[in-house]
Amino acid sequence: MSIDVGFLLEALIKIVVVFHIVLIILAYTVYAERRVLAVIQNRLGPNRVGPQGLLQPFADLLKFIFKEELVPLAANKWLYLLAPLVALVPAFMTMIVYPFGGTVNLPWVGEIDLVVTHFNVGLLYVFAMTSLGVYGIVIAGWASNSKYSLLGGLRSSAQMVSYELALSLSVIGALLQAGSLDLVEIVRAQGGFFGLGWHIFWFQPLGFFIFLISAIAETNRIPFDLPEAETELVAGFHTEYSAMKFALFFLGEYANMLTASVLATVLFLGGWQGPFVDQFPLLGPVYFLGKVFFFIFLYIWLRGTLPRFRYDQLMNFGWKFLLPAALFNIVLSAIVALFAL
Amino acid sequence: MEILFILFAAIAVAGALNVILQRNPIYSAIGLIVTLCALAGLFLTLAAQFIAAIQIIVYAGAIMVLFVFVIMLLNIREEESKIDRQRYLKWLAAPLFVALLAEVYFVIRVVSYDPKPLPAQGAVPPGQILGTVESIGNAMFTTYLLPFEATSVLILMAIVGSMLLARRERTVSEVTIVTAEQIEAAQLEREDEAHETETVGAGH
Repeated sequence: MSIDVGFLLEALIKIVVVFHIVLIILAYTVYAERRVLAVIQNRLGPNRVGPQGLLQPFADLLKFIFKEELVPLAANKWLYLLAPLVALVPAFMTMIVYPFGGTVNLPWVGEIDLVVTHFNVGLLYVFAMTSLGVYGIVIAGWASNSKYSLLGGLRSSAQMVSYELALSLSVIGALLQAGSLDLVEIVRAQGGFFGLGWHIFWFQPLGFFIFLISAIAETNRIPFDLPEAETELVAGFHTEYSAMKFALFFLGEYANMLTASVLATVLFLGGWQGPFVDQFPLLGPVYFLGKVFFFIFLYIWLRGTLPRFRYDQLMNFGWKFLLPAALFNIVLSAIVALFAL
Repeated sequence: MEILFILFAAIAVAGALNVILQRNPIYSAIGLIVTLCALAGLFLTLAAQFIAAIQIIVYAGAIMVLFVFVIMLLNIREEESKIDRQRYLKWLAAPLFVALLAEVYFVIRVVSYDPKPLPAQGAVPPGQILGTVESIGNAMFTTYLLPFEATSVLILMAIVGSMLLARRERTVSEVTIVTAEQIEAAQLEREDEAHETETVGAGH
C-alpha cells in the first residue's frame, strides 16, 4: 500500500491548525474560569494584564516557565518526569476527531472538511485515549513518594474506572439512533427538523444527563474533584509538582474538559447542526464552538456553585445510581430504536 | 506497512522483556501497558480498527489500571526474594520454553501454511468491510453467538465467584448490638467529663 502524500500533507496542516486553535481555547478557558468565578464570588478577577486582563494566559505561561523546577529527593525520578507527559499527550491526541463543522468552501483553499480525520471507530478512539490519561495521574501519585499524592492517585484511579462504565454505557442509546461510531456520521444523523434533530430532544435526554454527570466525574472536576481535594489532600496527585510540570497537568485537565464538552456536543447537541446550516456551511463552526463553550461555562458554573461529594457518596452514586440508570436507558433506547425509528 | 509492523513489534517485544526483567513491579506493569498498546498498533496494521480500540480500552485502560492500583495500594517496592523457595521451578522453565517454541513452529508451518486469502475490498458486499464494528457485530451475533454467550456466562461466574470470595462472613455474634441504654450511659459519661474539665478550667 502506498502512502498518499497529498492526504498526509493535508492531515499535517490540519493537525497544526487544530492544535493551535485548541491551545488558544484552553488558555482562554483558564482565563474565563478565573473571571467567571470572580463574578460568581463577587470580586473582580485578573484584569490588569492587557485590556480586561486578556493577556493574562500569556503572563501565566511566562511565570510557569521561569519558576524553579523541583524534583523531590525521595521521588522516583523517571516516572516523576514521565507522568505529566502521560497525562497530556493522550488528552491532546483526541483532538484529531473533533468535528468542527461540515464541508465548507473556503477562498483560496477550496472545499475542505472541517475535521482532521474521521474513521469507523472515532468514538472508541476517544474513549481509548481518555482511558490512557488516567495513568498520568496514577503514576504522578505514586512517583512523588508523598502520602497526599498517593492518596490522590488512588482515589483518581478508582473514580475514573467507576465512572468510565456509566460514561460508555450512557452513549450507547445515542449510538443506536445514529447507527455509527464515527463522530461525523453521528453529527450528520442529527440534521433533521431544520437542524434541530438533536439527540437530547429526540429520545436521549436521560442518556445526556448520565453522560454529563459521568463526564464531569471523569475529568475530576468539582463536585467530583476528590483526587485533588485541597482541604484533605493538599492538592492530591500534583502536590509535589511545580513550574511547567504542574502547568502540563493543568493543561491536560483542561484538554480533557474540552474533550468531554466536544463529546457532549457531538453526541447529544447535534455537533455543528443548527438552523440554516445547510444554506451557510460556515455557520457550522459557530454553532459547534457555541455549544462547546456552553459546556465549558457549565463546568465553571458548577465549580462556583456546588460543594464536593464525600468519597462513599461518590462511589455509591456511580455504582448504584448512574450505572443502573445507564442500563435502563439502553433498554429504553433499544425499544425506541426498534419501534419508533 | 512493513515499517509499521517492525516498529510496533519491536516496541511490543521491548515492553514484554521489560515486564519480566524489572524487579520493581510498577515498572513491569508499565512495560505491560506499553506492550498492550503496541499490540493495538499491530491490530491497526491488520485493518482491525475495532479490535485495536477495544484492546486499548479494555486491557490498557481498565485492567492495567486495576493492576497498577493494587501495586500502589499494597505499596510493593521490590520483588520479594521468594525465588529461593521455589528453586525447582527453574528446571521447569527450559522444557516449557521448548514446548512454546514448538507450538509457535507448529502454528506457523502447519496451521497457516496455506492461509486463506483475504477477500479483496471490492469483492466484499457493502456493509461487510473487514474489521469494522458492523462486520464484527454481525459475526458475533450470528455465526459465533453460542461462543459469545458462553463467554459471558463464564464471566458472570467469575464475577459471582469473586464476590463470594471477597464477602466477609458475618454471624450474629460478631455484630455488636448497641442498646439504647448503652448509648444513654455513654452520653452521660461524656457530659460528666465535659463538666469536670469545665470546673478545672474555672479553678485556674
